[in-house]
Amino acid sequence: MASPSLIPAGDFRSSYAVDTTIFPTKTSRNAAILGVVLICFAPQLLSEYWLSQLIVIGIYGIAALGLNILVGFTGQISIGHAAFFLFGAFTSAYISNKTAIPVFFAIPLAGLVTAMVGLIFGLPAARLKGLYLVIATLAAQYILLDFFSRAEWFSGGSVPAMAKPFSIFGYELRGDRHYFYVVLAYVVVSYLLVTNLMRSRDGRALVAVRDHYLSAEIMGINLTKYRTLSFGLAAFFAGIAGALYAHYQLVVSNEGFGIERSILFLAMVIIGGTGSIMGTLMGTAFVVLLPESMEWISAELKGSAIDRALQLNNNLTFLREIAIGLIIIAFLVFEPDGLAHRWRQIKTYWKLYPFSH
Amino acid sequence: MAVALDVRGVSLRFGGVRALTDVSFAVNDGELFSIIGPNGAGKTSIVNCISGRYRPTEGQLFYHGTDITGLNPNARPGLGIGRTFQNLALFHHMSVLDNIMVGRHHLLKNNFLTGSLYWLTGARKEELEHRRKVEEIIDFLDLQSVRKATAGTLPYGLRKRVELARAMALEPNLILLDEPMAGMNFEEKEDMARYIVDLNEEYGMTVMMIEHDMGVVMDISHRVMVLDFGRKIAEGDPAAVLADPHVKRAYLGEEDEALVDPDHAPIAAESAA
Repeated sequence: MASPSLIPAGDFRSSYAVDTTIFPTKTSRNAAILGVVLICFAPQLLSEYWLSQLIVIGIYGIAALGLNILVGFTGQISIGHAAFFLFGAFTSAYISNKTAIPVFFAIPLAGLVTAMVGLIFGLPAARLKGLYLVIATLAAQYILLDFFSRAEWFSGGSVPAMAKPFSIFGYELRGDRHYFYVVLAYVVVSYLLVTNLMRSRDGRALVAVRDHYLSAEIMGINLTKYRTLSFGLAAFFAGIAGALYAHYQLVVSNEGFGIERSILFLAMVIIGGTGSIMGTLMGTAFVVLLPESMEWISAELKGSAIDRALQLNNNLTFLREIAIGLIIIAFLVFEPDGLAHRWRQIKTYWKLYPFSH
Repeated sequence: MAVALDVRGVSLRFGGVRALTDVSFAVNDGELFSIIGPNGAGKTSIVNCISGRYRPTEGQLFYHGTDITGLNPNARPGLGIGRTFQNLALFHHMSVLDNIMVGRHHLLKNNFLTGSLYWLTGARKEELEHRRKVEEIIDFLDLQSVRKATAGTLPYGLRKRVELARAMALEPNLILLDEPMAGMNFEEKEDMARYIVDLNEEYGMTVMMIEHDMGVVMDISHRVMVLDFGRKIAEGDPAAVLADPHVKRAYLGEEDEALVDPDHAPIAAESAA
């Protein structure tokens, strides 16, 4: 039988400090550091196309991380996450355009303002659960999107808002090759912050509220506070991600941030693994790259023997959409614990290879 | 001996159902106090009133002189009241260690900001200090081998013990144990009885326990209270309670004049019959 533990034999912990590290072993820590160092060379090695994909994964990965705090760790639900993302984007654009605050500070500031808005929209969560909460967050989605299309002073109304490029010490970071490092820094810091949160007092409180709210309350946890707080935290990371997106695209518009986008954020969290921090990044990569790879397959199929035999022609585009839907359904059926769980199983398998039985 | 918990005339009604009717009793500091009674007698309702899950319809509860009748449940650990649940209420997806660490919630000071900046704010140091305390509890309850296991995967007897550990982590002065031995085999019961006596004698906690196992109750309790149909029918030292005719009737099922309610005279008689 494969052992569920990934700690190698003979690795004894002699202090509590060693037992509470982020990575279970030195090897895994060094591998993670190496991974980050290697990815620093991405702008030199990858094409513009793949670089832009990485940037998008990074940005959406931060937003999905926020949603995972809410959905995975606190056990709430929100289908208004895209609206908070967009709120962060507009806020950062607004701050950097209308005030003297540079973009460097506008991004975290946008995160804080979005967190405040998230706290307000999170108030119903103190009373509502499940389907009722879904409807309350749906209201957030529509109220915010309506606000963006009406508040010309803030978002430009029907005209897209312009955002300044990111600059540091007066040096403008234009283009994917430079901006990649900004996103990478934010991804690393965000994921570290959330990892730390989950191994300290308030992170545990959030999970306790998810697992058994009645006994959590008896343990001295204020349910209203933590349910609302999780909305604030989720909105904070959505706002940061939105702000990063704004200064990447240099233009912000309402388009493409309807409820479909909110559901796509949920898909990232569920596919990656609810309540798994690294799983969030895997799920985001999966959801971002899936349409791309389907695009590639349908391009390859075009004009091929299969295409001619089945006379697919223009239907290829629809087939792509169907395939994406099917893959997501198959995922939920066969891998309900997400990519993070599969990853753990693969590691366990290789740990004992070739004697895993 | 000072009074730790003073329950004065507590009644609890859910619509037409009378869960508790005018129950009064006091638990002294350092006492091991047991509540017994047939199923549905209102034992857990009493504990729920003390821990704040229910608010009594009438009456008041005092803890060391403080009125706690309407206090929020999440404020009670701070006063020194902890409890376990009858049907397991662990955080199923968390490790045993984290479950117990949740018990330290009201004693820890780091929050989502300082906790996120783990290394920079002293949160790490604080977490490690409390980890030490938690490990003492793990040692006491012999949970070392399942420290990292997910709570939901443990067998029943161990889960009960983890729940006791979590309640101990609150560092309560008064610990409420709701059927700590239900569903256990003889050896597990022996262990649990030992832990409860140690809690009381070694840790100096006031213990209030609900238990069906008469042998254990009679052996370790200092005082026993008997409830039946939401009313107190006896209170005193174990031997006296056991000899009480009302108690015998409650358990063997005969009509009992102590239960006859002047307003609803037939109820007790009918149910007993």
